[in-house]
Amino acid sequence: MWNYSEKVFDHFMNPRNVGEVEDPDGVGEVGSMACGDALRLSFKLDEEGRIADAKFQTFGCGSAIASSSVLTEMVKGKTLEEAARITNEDIAEELDGLPREKMHCSVMGREALEAAMIDHYKRLGRGVPCHLIHQATLLCHCFQVTKDTVREAIYNHRLKDLEDVTNFTKAGGGCGDCHHDIGDLLRDCWDKIERGEAPDPMPDGGLIQLEGMPVAPSVEHDPVDKEIVGKIQELLTEDISVALRNDGGDIEFVRYRQGQVFVRLTGACAACKSSDVTIKGYVEAQLREFISEDLEVIEVNK
Amino acid sequence: MTNNGNKSFNMMEGLPERPQKDIYFDNNATTPVAPEVLEKMIPLLTDHFGNPSSMHSFGARAGDEVAAARDKVQALLGAAQSNEIVFTGGGSESDNLAIVGTLHANPKKKHLITTSVEHPAVLGLCRDLEKRHGYEVTYLKVDQAGCLDLDELRDSLRDDTAVVSVMMANNETGVIFDVEAVGRIVKENGSIFHVDGVQAAGKLPMDLKSSTIDLFSLSGHKLHAPKGVGALYVRKGTKIRPLIVGGHQERGRRAGTENVASLAGMGVACDLAAANVEHENTVVRSLRDDLESGLLSAIPDTQANGDREHRLPNTTNISFQYIEGEGILLLLDRVGVAASSGSACTSGSLEPSHVLRAMGLPFTLTHGSIRFSLSRYNSKDEVEYVIKALPPIIERLRMITPFNEQRATF
Repeated sequence: MWNYSEKVFDHFMNPRNVGEVEDPDGVGEVGSMACGDALRLSFKLDEEGRIADAKFQTFGCGSAIASSSVLTEMVKGKTLEEAARITNEDIAEELDGLPREKMHCSVMGREALEAAMIDHYKRLGRGVPCHLIHQATLLCHCFQVTKDTVREAIYNHRLKDLEDVTNFTKAGGGCGDCHHDIGDLLRDCWDKIERGEAPDPMPDGGLIQLEGMPVAPSVEHDPVDKEIVGKIQELLTEDISVALRNDGGDIEFVRYRQGQVFVRLTGACAACKSSDVTIKGYVEAQLREFISEDLEVIEVNK
Repeated sequence: MTNNGNKSFNMMEGLPERPQKDIYFDNNATTPVAPEVLEKMIPLLTDHFGNPSSMHSFGARAGDEVAAARDKVQALLGAAQSNEIVFTGGGSESDNLAIVGTLHANPKKKHLITTSVEHPAVLGLCRDLEKRHGYEVTYLKVDQAGCLDLDELRDSLRDDTAVVSVMMANNETGVIFDVEAVGRIVKENGSIFHVDGVQAAGKLPMDLKSSTIDLFSLSGHKLHAPKGVGALYVRKGTKIRPLIVGGHQERGRRAGTENVASLAGMGVACDLAAANVEHENTVVRSLRDDLESGLLSAIPDTQANGDREHRLPNTTNISFQYIEGEGILLLLDRVGVAASSGSACTSGSLEPSHVLRAMGLPFTLTHGSIRFSLSRYNSKDEVEYVIKALPPIIERLRMITPFNEQRATF
């Protein structure tokens, strides 16, 4: 049984602002039935540009419903600029906290808000403010993969078809809504490849860099780090990886430098909305408990 | 759907009043200890607390209790001899002892076969054996009804297949595998045949002595004994190496002072289970059938999962489209009904039920799946209450999903 706060229960048992606003100024949808979480958020502005009304519809667990409900209350009375500053942590805090495993519910709320605002700017025919661009280019909403990531993977690995794309980036692995878009993108990219206008594939089989992800330092291990690197690798392969595999994921050691451990999540863990929780709450906690309190774990997508 | 000024949206609207006594429909997770079992246990924790290995009457009394419990487990399972029963710390330990114990006893064989729908006690172990110990594992697929393809089993067997581990009945769907058909094929190949019978024991008649089963796992707390005790049936002549060493107990197959009170309790529970197998397959089955048909007819866009013919008499697994299981469970809990779900959100991991996914169920049906598992302590009134309580819960949750429009077009 999850340890939900009274406030989560209150918003779940008596959700505020259920439904869809009439004649909305913006509607955002994130997630899918495949993911097990989906949220549609709509809002209406008043003459001064403040959010006069906001409503939601949610497919998801108790905390997803509570996160959506509390978010609609939080945005009311705010301008879009103010609302854009609401983070997923703010949503969780407003609910007096969420279990760690459920933090992704608050992330979904934040994403739906972004999507609704992007929709608003599109309705106006205006450019989307740059802080919202990331969401605008999402290709696969189930796994939060952007068009740029997929394009880069196609070029780097010379991916041929949808199955390749899904295997490399997870895009298209959920509800299937984006299969058509991936097909279009594959055709575009291969046109360019055949005309010789595409970048060369990466010599080492390709390394994808996801937006916002740190790059692992390329230096080789310092010989004095040999011992700690050995310990880290052992803990990662012998314990942590085995635990993650039970959830269909896995982890790879990438590099160590000056107390920083660079790792890459794979399988179901890659692009998982809860990967922050996995990295900080589990992997880092394990490394600190068994190796050194000073270690910091950083997820990279090398 | 527009829903103006609905600050008053209340999930509890239309729900019946909470019954005086909460309704427990989650017996595949664990069961209440039977009063007769508890009665047996208490003196063994107070006055007769001895260690069976001791050379005095305290020890002798405890030893007698353990021996009596072993006879009762033997009787429930239809084993040929009581020394084929090894007591363990529960179902997961029995599964581990069966599989790892067999592998260690057959060190040259590096392959094992199981199914994709096993309990995590077996699946997690198999993944660990693959990842850390260099074994190869074949995971047999199931069809949409959750049933095995015996040809796939035949094709998967190898000379170095040490053990084939197949559950007798699935904990999530209740689907029963034809383990005898599996066992005949396994034995032709000369491999050891392990059956995880944790859910089946006490619900189906059992006659291990005339079966092809070499190893059979049983758990106490699934049949109204306390948690933390179980048994592994080891057919005479089957070699296994112990997991826990450092004592002569259980004829060297499981070291550690016996959990006397709980084992004696499990003995009584096995007696009760044997006496109730008939009841389970008539009365409990009919309660389950009423619950299932009542819910399916009262709630649209709903289906029962798994082979409905070859199924445990106490279990039904039902999918409710367009909604997610956790919300259903939280609301059921508010009206005093305990059940469980295959949804991702209730599992602690974020993956929906591996069993329903292996059956090829679409995501739309896995996330909204609820398992009701009954026992002989449930009543017709309780079934009727749940049939009344669930429709408004489903309706309320469906009112707030964004997939409402799809309902019309489905």
